[in-house]
Amino acid sequence: MTNERTESVVSRREEIISSRVSRLERMMEIRLVEDRIQDLFARGLISGTTHTSQGQEAVAVGLGSSTRPTDVVCCTYRGHGVALALGIRPASVLGEVLGRQIGCMGGLGGSMHLSDPEIGLLPTFAIVGAGVPVAVGAALQFAVKKSDGVAVSVFGDGSTNIGGFHEGLNMAKVWNLPVVFICENNLYGEYSPIASTTAVTDLTKRALSYDMTAEVVDGQDVDATHATIQNAVARARDGGGPTFIEAKTYRYVGHSRSDQATYRPDGELDAWLARDPIELFATSLVASGELSLADVDAMRVRQRELIDVAEEAALASPPGSIAQMFAHVLAP
Amino acid sequence: MRMRMNQAIARAIDDEMAADPNVIVFGEDVAVAGGPFKTSEGLLDKYGPLRVRDTPISETGFLGAAVGAAMTGLRPVAEIMFIEFLGVAFDQVVTEAALMHYLSGGRYNVPMVVRSSVGSGLGFGCQHSQTLERWLLGTPGLKLAVASGARSAYGLTRAAIRDDNPVVILEPRSLYGEREEVDPGEQSIIELGTAATLRNGDDVTIVAIGQTVGVALAAAEGASWSADVIDLQSLMPWDKSSVLASVRRTGHLVIVEENQFTGGWGTEVASYVMTNAFKDLKAPALRITAPDVPVPYGLELERRFLPSPDYVTQQVNEFMSTQLVPAPWWKEFA
Repeated sequence: MTNERTESVVSRREEIISSRVSRLERMMEIRLVEDRIQDLFARGLISGTTHTSQGQEAVAVGLGSSTRPTDVVCCTYRGHGVALALGIRPASVLGEVLGRQIGCMGGLGGSMHLSDPEIGLLPTFAIVGAGVPVAVGAALQFAVKKSDGVAVSVFGDGSTNIGGFHEGLNMAKVWNLPVVFICENNLYGEYSPIASTTAVTDLTKRALSYDMTAEVVDGQDVDATHATIQNAVARARDGGGPTFIEAKTYRYVGHSRSDQATYRPDGELDAWLARDPIELFATSLVASGELSLADVDAMRVRQRELIDVAEEAALASPPGSIAQMFAHVLAP
Repeated sequence: MRMRMNQAIARAIDDEMAADPNVIVFGEDVAVAGGPFKTSEGLLDKYGPLRVRDTPISETGFLGAAVGAAMTGLRPVAEIMFIEFLGVAFDQVVTEAALMHYLSGGRYNVPMVVRSSVGSGLGFGCQHSQTLERWLLGTPGLKLAVASGARSAYGLTRAAIRDDNPVVILEPRSLYGEREEVDPGEQSIIELGTAATLRNGDDVTIVAIGQTVGVALAAAEGASWSADVIDLQSLMPWDKSSVLASVRRTGHLVIVEENQFTGGWGTEVASYVMTNAFKDLKAPALRITAPDVPVPYGLELERRFLPSPDYVTQQVNEFMSTQLVPAPWWKEFA
């Protein structure tokens, strides 16, 4: 790993921490990368499956912009958005999904496993709920070392039905650890609407049963997700313990590549598209005078060009080598 | 000095905690109570509640926490009270801990230790008496060691805590109170993956782990044949060269296992030796195991389950005289 690459992921993170305009740019980037991943699948260039998060970009960017690269994040297999928001470059994500050496895991992980220690993203978890207690352990590490680091676990509403979620929340509270649990409630656990699988649809109730500070945030409003997560992170850093945040959001696509999402009621998708997080934030930045409409259009064009370049780099990269396959089974 | 196995384990953890402030200990009742089997006695007083802590009864939660703590810079030693409890947290060991180094291209290590009590002999019934090493066998990215007494428990525990990989150590519960000579210190650390030859002989190689090591040693005492008795100590990786060298000399391989016959760890040893020393073998490998049944509760039946020294002696006597694998005692039921 070269220094240049290190600076690159960290500086990409710092961009969205310091600049609201960069947050819009990053949300566009996430949308375009995920659209491109679906396109690459359609073109037969990727095998296996993928889980995209179109519609949920404001949660990923709110998370990336309100935490430090030295914090630790545990995310799920629906992780392209979070990985990009935290600083991983588009070519590293596209390359990983394609199984190429340029990928952030050298092509050994795939769409469900993205990571970079430089920005604190542990390899994303492909087992529902697995990252929740792992984040508690990372927070325990900060506590034992008396550092002011914070661990974040970000997961979907489906994860709130698995035991590890409850064990993790309970332990975090009992031990008063610096951890923030962010639930992206996109209303579906895989193919099933939340009401059919979950006894409470207001998920903060689950956190309240652990006597944990719990907040609901509009997951389509990046200013809101940023502010809510930032408050929780600040409280954790100050020794105030864990927070549970439910971000009400929506995924425009099915659970995975093979899911056409035919189970959704008519009109539901359109209602959410009317509150698209990228459009909402662009409108807000134009209204405040930070950007003009022309700026927004130019940004979109520029982002598309950058994704084209990233795709070219990813496709030009060789597949993972046989030597890599054997290199890291055990630590030396 | 002579110490009980549970004291040797506590001493090993103590020595590593003194050497490295990143070593922490957690599990159910390991702090205030000193461990249900007194394997962490004194550690809370010495190192305080930040480094020695009781967890809720949440194996998924605290093994997950061990993964997260290990990946971010600590060396957690987590205790699973009975190996069966690993079942509710299996994901965190075989699917999270074991794979993170590989997934990350070597950029994350997971230096965590999972200690667990195993085995039959104390009348705990079928849900608290298994060894279950086979659940873990063949998991890339994981190391697995088995203590056979205070000496190896001390050496393996210290090695496991220093290892940069996730290591599971199995501790036969019936041996916690048994005393052995231990010489605490660096010189007694046992490199993971190395076996110990505890008795030397020329006629037969007997390979054992955990509780069956003592069984094999007792069986060899005063027998009409002389045996190399090898305590494998680690199952992943295992000491292929020591076993192979012994079998090449004796021409006979006997494996004594506490687990049931089907899928036991001895199948791996037998298969490897057959493949690599076929022409040196004078007879097929003999696996002496428990029958394919759950561990029974009643004392008399439980004693039948684990191969006894007398049974091992009889089996090896017949094996050596016929050069064929004798039928097990349960042949009419299997």
